[in-house]
Amino acid sequence: MELITPGLGLVFWMTLAFLFLVFVLGKFAWKPILQMLKERETSIHDALNAANQAREEMKQLKFSNEQLLQEAKNERDAMLNEARKVRDRLLEEARIKASEEASRIVESAKASINNEKMAAMTELKNQIAENSLTIAKFILKRELSDPQKQEEYVQELLKEVKFN
Amino acid sequence: MTANRPPLHVLRFPALILLFGLLFLSRLFASGQDHTVLVQAKDSVFEQSAKPEGHAEKPFNAGEMIMEHVVDNHEWHVAEIGSLHLTIPLPIILLYDGKLYTFCSSRFHNEAHSYQGFKLEEKGPHKGKIVREGENSAAGGPAVYDFSITKIVLAILISTFLLILIFVSVAGAYRRNKDKAPSGIQSMVEPLIIFIRDDIAKSSIGEKKYEKFMPFLLTVFFFIFFNNLFGLIPFFPGGANVTGNIAVTLVMALFTFVITTVNGNKHYWVDIINTPGVPWWLKLPIPLMPIVEIIGIITKPFVLMIRLFANITAGHIIVLGFVSLIFIFGAISAALGIGVSVVSVAFMIFMNLLELLVAFIQAYVFTLLSALYFGLATIEPEHH
Repeated sequence: MELITPGLGLVFWMTLAFLFLVFVLGKFAWKPILQMLKERETSIHDALNAANQAREEMKQLKFSNEQLLQEAKNERDAMLNEARKVRDRLLEEARIKASEEASRIVESAKASINNEKMAAMTELKNQIAENSLTIAKFILKRELSDPQKQEEYVQELLKEVKFN
Repeated sequence: MTANRPPLHVLRFPALILLFGLLFLSRLFASGQDHTVLVQAKDSVFEQSAKPEGHAEKPFNAGEMIMEHVVDNHEWHVAEIGSLHLTIPLPIILLYDGKLYTFCSSRFHNEAHSYQGFKLEEKGPHKGKIVREGENSAAGGPAVYDFSITKIVLAILISTFLLILIFVSVAGAYRRNKDKAPSGIQSMVEPLIIFIRDDIAKSSIGEKKYEKFMPFLLTVFFFIFFNNLFGLIPFFPGGANVTGNIAVTLVMALFTFVITTVNGNKHYWVDIINTPGVPWWLKLPIPLMPIVEIIGIITKPFVLMIRLFANITAGHIIVLGFVSLIFIFGAISAALGIGVSVVSVAFMIFMNLLELLVAFIQAYVFTLLSALYFGLATIEPEHH
């Protein structure tokens, strides 16, 4: 058989065998193998994607956590500030109110003291007047029992009136 | 020999030059011993095996031995121990004048090398062919169509069987180990399968259309690779020069050609008839470019056929050449033969290692080029 002349029988058998091989391997080997490889690659791909996504989500979550924390801090600070302001204002108001009240109380106390004083003075005057009258009554009672003295007294009164 | 008129592409393939160089060398060896060869011309391996006791001292003919091993044969010569020839007889299937003849190749083991009127030629231009006895093959008459299960056909059948066994079991392993790491032989072939899919098919044909061609590409790659490696094993069932046989490479190249042609889209054919980017006077009035392109369609698979055949055959011839050196020098003196054998064996080991590389590279190149041709045939025109 020649080296570079293809033999008819060999071409025939080779064609047959090769067709058979392509058909059998294609159906029972390459198809399932390639399919399984593809499936495995898809699953690996998906798993990697999922991991990436999870990592991204974690990052996002961490970020939002931090943001939340920052916001909370800010809010707390704001609230504290507000509270301090409110406290200061309240204190200020209270102090003003207290001093007003105090001055009002002092005023009213002064007024009432004045009133009391007046009343007391009036009462004292009345008492004094009453006492004077009583004294005068007693004096008059005793003086008038003696006509001379009566005369004297009248004279005295008359003198006094004159001088007035 | 037709080797003196090598095809046009010969210069592009150093391996081919090497092949023809070696063929030439082997012929020199033969002509160097011409006087003995002529005297002993009627003796051959076939006759030897028929009556080995008669001619124990036949001079060694390197060219004949090498060709004997490289080309196809009607029986499988396994070993020769003393006068004992271990040969596997193979079935002969002949179609002659509309009738089918089947018998065992061992029937030719007689004086005339003939059986039922068929003769196995022992010399001349039809050496190794089966012809009708008493008819001059050149004078016409019904031709003998030889569909015998020859050595290479048997090797093809064995490798087909083994490939199916291996890859169907690998497919089973994929089914069993679903979503698990590959194990055993599966992990050995998986990188190759992925390599063919990603680096050959996807990159040459494109993501969209590669799947259709995968069965052919994978089959052709593993068939070539497996048979290249099997051919390097010197014992039965290895040792047959399957991928270094032109009929085998012809069939595979034809498959590539047919698949390319069948899948060629409009863009592909338009580019062949009306090649873009070429001055109009190369197309009209003489359609020079279309002719060149059409020749190109034929040369592509032709080159595939020649490259694989030449590379593998050259490798076999070189290794056999080193073996022959031992016997050639051994015939001069035993001590010289032993001395040369050390060098020869070292070179043979080197060549065999090189052939391991070539086995892969040639399978890769055949698959890659087939994929490239498929890619060219199915590429969509660019939209600007």
